[in-house]
Amino acid sequence: MASHKYEPKNKAVKWFEDRLPILGLLHASVGPGYGTPRNLNYWWNFGSLAGFMLVMQIITGIVLVMHYTPDTSLAFLSIEHLMRDVNYGWLFRYAHSIGASMFFVVVYIHILRGVYFGSYKSPREVMWWLGLVIYLLMMATGFMGYVLPWGQMSYWGATVITNLFGAFNFFQGMGNGILHLLWGGFSVGNPTLQRFFSLHYLLPFIIVGVVILHIWALHIPRSNNPLGIDAKGPGDKIPFHPYYTAKDAFGLSFFIVIFAIFVFYLPNILGNPENYVPANIILTPPDVEPEWYFLPFYAILKSMPSKLFGVLTMFASILIFFVLPWLDVSKVRSAKFRPATAFFFWLFVINGLFLGFLGTVLPTKILIHVGGGVTALTLGRIATFYYFAYFLIILPWVSRKEKTRPVPASIAQSVLDARKEA
Amino acid sequence: MTTNDLINHKGEVTRRNFLYITTSVVGVAGVAAAAWPVIDQLNPSDDVLALSSIEVDMSPIPLGHTITVLWRGKPIFIRHRTPEEIAKSVADNTAPMIDPAPDSTRAQKAEWLVQIGICTHLGCVPPDYHGGVPTEVEYNGWLCPCHGSYYDTAGRIRFGPAPRNLDLAPYKYLSDAVVKIG
Repeated sequence: MASHKYEPKNKAVKWFEDRLPILGLLHASVGPGYGTPRNLNYWWNFGSLAGFMLVMQIITGIVLVMHYTPDTSLAFLSIEHLMRDVNYGWLFRYAHSIGASMFFVVVYIHILRGVYFGSYKSPREVMWWLGLVIYLLMMATGFMGYVLPWGQMSYWGATVITNLFGAFNFFQGMGNGILHLLWGGFSVGNPTLQRFFSLHYLLPFIIVGVVILHIWALHIPRSNNPLGIDAKGPGDKIPFHPYYTAKDAFGLSFFIVIFAIFVFYLPNILGNPENYVPANIILTPPDVEPEWYFLPFYAILKSMPSKLFGVLTMFASILIFFVLPWLDVSKVRSAKFRPATAFFFWLFVINGLFLGFLGTVLPTKILIHVGGGVTALTLGRIATFYYFAYFLIILPWVSRKEKTRPVPASIAQSVLDARKEA
Repeated sequence: MTTNDLINHKGEVTRRNFLYITTSVVGVAGVAAAAWPVIDQLNPSDDVLALSSIEVDMSPIPLGHTITVLWRGKPIFIRHRTPEEIAKSVADNTAPMIDPAPDSTRAQKAEWLVQIGICTHLGCVPPDYHGGVPTEVEYNGWLCPCHGSYYDTAGRIRFGPAPRNLDLAPYKYLSDAVVKIG
């Protein structure tokens, strides 16, 4: 049942395959030759959905570039021209901007699936790292893309985010030196827009490269599964094609419906209306906030009392995922058999959503009216503490102490047991 | 053969590993030299650097008002301070501060405050709240909406995440109420 070798029957195909074995590579990576655990659930759909979104973003993005002008005097107008005059211009723009949000939703679920089912654990650490590199590249790409329309949020988002790097001011003039280098001027301006455009075009292709490495690394230990145990015998596996190509395609059809609802009926719901106002370099809008997918990190930044410490904490909140495989020492991968870990995981997810909400409110705002009142700042500090405690205290401690539930002997055995119970 | 030579002579200075090291050093230096233009082209270009200084006549600014002028693409706040504001600021000289500075260091002439209108936290332009800040903390100067940094009537950071007082623009008086910025 598991992997069988690719042997083309057609002579012409065989002739080609002998010279460039690319069909065999596809056969073994995403075809019948890739033996996959038989028990993957729909949470495993999100990897291929992320791949779909990457391709979608590249295609719509290339179309947008055909109508866009990366110059501060024309950028905003060229987007309006695209929206009003170009045939289906609105469709490509909305598909691209909603697409960015969809890409992040899918990737966040993909990452959290990996955390819940222990997909980062040995022997998949390098695959995990590559995934995080993809995520970091996505953040950079998403941020620079948001600057390109040159609206108020574009400009002020770019100002705030680039200024983060000014926190690295270890000797006189270093912070400003870094900023002037990033901007190509004394503030965010035309040189900044042009370099962001250049890099926004480049990075997706770098992401494609890292995705290939990510999939390559996947094919060494092969897919994890909801039980978190290794797939051993042929009874544990089914070929990727047709089983998971079909399952992924079925999931994709649902995903496309949701994507289409946003593109056609709610195209601006995830954006900030302030970005339909052209950039004004002397007027900061009253509520500068990043796109929703950065809000939890923005809340962490706002929670810290000093600038440098805030910036370092924010970077640490993402980089900490790189050492996750060594913070969790449990021999059992899947949180299915680790009730305490599962509990703290869901608390982490809720805490993350709460941080996202805190990202949208002013730190001094009183959110709980008890006693003197509890400010968003205080709650932000508590949520930030839990965020880091989850990694640095809870996981190392729980993974050592927790009594795990019995893990089935094999994937096939768990299927048989389930049948017996039913 | 050649690899054997390297292993056998490890730690010794032979003609061969001398050549390896010098070649590598020249190679690395060459790559570094080639990388510099790639980095330096990101820095501000000559036309940006050449942006000259500006002269501002402050006499039309009424007492208790602020104007914003642009210098090097940055907003400059010029405020005509009232005697009450100056008195309040001087009285606060000894109050606990994030970046302590007596009022006298904030302005060459006490009634004219010339500062760069950019929050030292992450670069937003803080709006004027001399009429009073609409929250619990009151410093009646500028309040940055991005992350809640409060500046007092002398542009000193009093509360919030910003590390420094509003930066002062480099300026000098050409006459009684005319300054040259830059």
